[in-house]
Amino acid sequence: MNAEDTGREGVAGGSTLLSEAREAGRERPYAEGDPILEVRGLVKHYPLTRGILFKKQIGAVKAVDGVDFDLAAGETLGIVGESGCGKSTVAKMLVHLEPPTGGVIRYRGEDVTKLSGRALRAVRRNIQMVFQDPYTSLNPRMTVGDIIGEPYEIHPEVAPKGSRRQKVQDLLDVVGLNPEYINRYPHQFSGGQRQRIGIARGLALNPEIIVADEPVSALDVSVQAQVVNLLDRLQAEFDLSFLFIAHDLSIVRHISDRVGVMYLGRIVEIGTDEEIYDHPTHPYTQALLSAVPVPDPTAREHRERIILHGDVPSPANIPSGCRFRTRCWKAQERCRLEVPLLAVPAVFRDSETPARHDSACHFAEEKQVVPHEGLRETPAEDEGPSSPSSSPFSSSSPSDEGPPPSPSPGRDDRSAEGPGLG
Amino acid sequence: MLLEVRDLHVEFHTRDGVAKAVNGVNYSVAEGETLAVLGESGSGKSVTAQAIMGILDMPPGKIRGGEIFFRDRDLLKLKPEERRRIRGQEMAMIFQDALSSLNPVLSVGQQLGEMFVVHRGMSRGDAKVKAIELMDRVRIPAARQRVGDFPHQFSGGMRQRIMIAMAMALEPSLIIADEPTTALDVTVQAQVMDLLAELQRELNMGLILITHDLGVVADVADRIAVMYAGRIVETSPVHEIYKAPAHPYTKGLLRSIPRLDQKGQELYAVKGLPPNLLHIPPGCAFHPRCPMAQAVCRTDVPPLYTVDEERRSACHFWKETLDER
Repeated sequence: MNAEDTGREGVAGGSTLLSEAREAGRERPYAEGDPILEVRGLVKHYPLTRGILFKKQIGAVKAVDGVDFDLAAGETLGIVGESGCGKSTVAKMLVHLEPPTGGVIRYRGEDVTKLSGRALRAVRRNIQMVFQDPYTSLNPRMTVGDIIGEPYEIHPEVAPKGSRRQKVQDLLDVVGLNPEYINRYPHQFSGGQRQRIGIARGLALNPEIIVADEPVSALDVSVQAQVVNLLDRLQAEFDLSFLFIAHDLSIVRHISDRVGVMYLGRIVEIGTDEEIYDHPTHPYTQALLSAVPVPDPTAREHRERIILHGDVPSPANIPSGCRFRTRCWKAQERCRLEVPLLAVPAVFRDSETPARHDSACHFAEEKQVVPHEGLRETPAEDEGPSSPSSSPFSSSSPSDEGPPPSPSPGRDDRSAEGPGLG
Repeated sequence: MLLEVRDLHVEFHTRDGVAKAVNGVNYSVAEGETLAVLGESGSGKSVTAQAIMGILDMPPGKIRGGEIFFRDRDLLKLKPEERRRIRGQEMAMIFQDALSSLNPVLSVGQQLGEMFVVHRGMSRGDAKVKAIELMDRVRIPAARQRVGDFPHQFSGGMRQRIMIAMAMALEPSLIIADEPTTALDVTVQAQVMDLLAELQRELNMGLILITHDLGVVADVADRIAVMYAGRIVETSPVHEIYKAPAHPYTKGLLRSIPRLDQKGQELYAVKGLPPNLLHIPPGCAFHPRCPMAQAVCRTDVPPLYTVDEERRSACHFWKETLDER
């Protein structure tokens, strides 16, 4: 008895079942590429108060301070930034865990920040979240079945009472877990398996948008790749739009179509993965990319590092003008006086290079910072996305208790199809 | 050799049974050398470090066997007072989480100065001067004004600098850094790693860098020891291992990380889960996850085979692993 064997068959079966349910549930006038989510001027300020009896506001922590972006149907938008830049607050506002202080979130053209009651519930069904920490985001006193099935209590129209158990089992199958684990508790699973449970819960209501806040950063390196592949596959299979928030720039590049870089509550640069990683024009993006350690010891010698000085300023006391100027090596008087807007910089407006993308810097210029000599060859060609059987993700061991079972011949075959090792 | 660990065994007695955290680890560090110990959680990399430092919680931990030679003395045979003298003066440790490693109710100046008061018998006044010097040295701005501040008043990067200052205080010959930058942001991580490397060069210290980040390793290490299930599975100079790993686990890890410089297709994923230390698989502990596993891997524990003068691999099929690219 093991999860892998059931996993492969089940993936196909479960997915058709879910997508059928979804097609029946709503029409999709939106074609791939249309913005399904538009965020304009999103702001979240947390007030700072003084006094116990007579509270007086003396300032605000400007966690998110004017964020704009579009998320297209079927697209993955990655948001990167250091801790405290407001990326998680953006995620929470999108799923209505925090009310925004200002700004607009339009889902399919409708501003959802003003909604309440039934209309809000309908929207929330379509925007679901996967959390960072698989250890604290699952209730330890609920079984896996109850955890994944709980969304149906609030949205009973998605699954009538009688069919819920079957649905939950399908979902377990889809994320590569054994459907028979439905009565187990979270502590009986490893970190990677728990994250799969969190993902299954996010999928339960057939959402259109998944907001994933650092979904793999709590996992071990060898397990990270399994979960990243799972997310990749689910997106293709269920036509999901992803907002993928992370601090690991390599993983964000791997999974995203477009990437936005946040600094102190604002997006400072946004573009396709190639534009951001190979042709960054904002100094912060350049510094961030140059600081990422590259798993290639030969890069040590010929690599230019931009070491930023000092720390990120407090979001309660944001510098005037350009908020990055206190750490920027290019800062001039203009940066102190004038807030740079997120738009294509004037110097690149007429060019056709990939440097022509939105960047909030007065002195934007292109700079290559990612070393391009790869030591390892690119993944083998023979592993196209069209052959689901070759995906190595579904190889989680069925139980973390006890020794993993010795490999069955079937599994050996599968890994041999992966790029290289077999 | 500055430090040499020989056949170290550590286990933990828990309610559920005996967890074998370290099962025969061998590694060595020379003066001025950086050894990266790479492994996932539960691989025994931190427990080995704690055993070297002599800060293992015993019980539940227990050192079952092995030797730890530091400057030709077996640390495991020394009396507690002798080890205490070595700790801090001759070897020091930097921890991952600076906030919980520093005392929240003492100022950083007091904590830094304490090293000099206890080990060098200085007066409090002199120790404070020393503390300011140290803070300057790890480039904390306005050290004189901030010496009386408490840990929570510093940012994460600054706290990690204070941890480094504390470890460097008595100019030890060996530093063990256990995931020193894991909790930090990338831009701050670069600052801290640079500082650490610079001080190491200056003082010609041996550095054991414990990490799970293959990028950090490639940046700073001279040699690598890869651990899995409480064993070293591969040791090698840093350039060779990235070019051609000689153990399937190392190979899988290197393949599974996404790259910054290319988009790539599907990631290669090491299948399965890290082993449970209460039930380590027989034979080679990696065999249930290994694409090259054969019958012999299930029964025979692979010794550390000699790949070449400087490289060792604990895989029966190291030759095939090395050749197959």
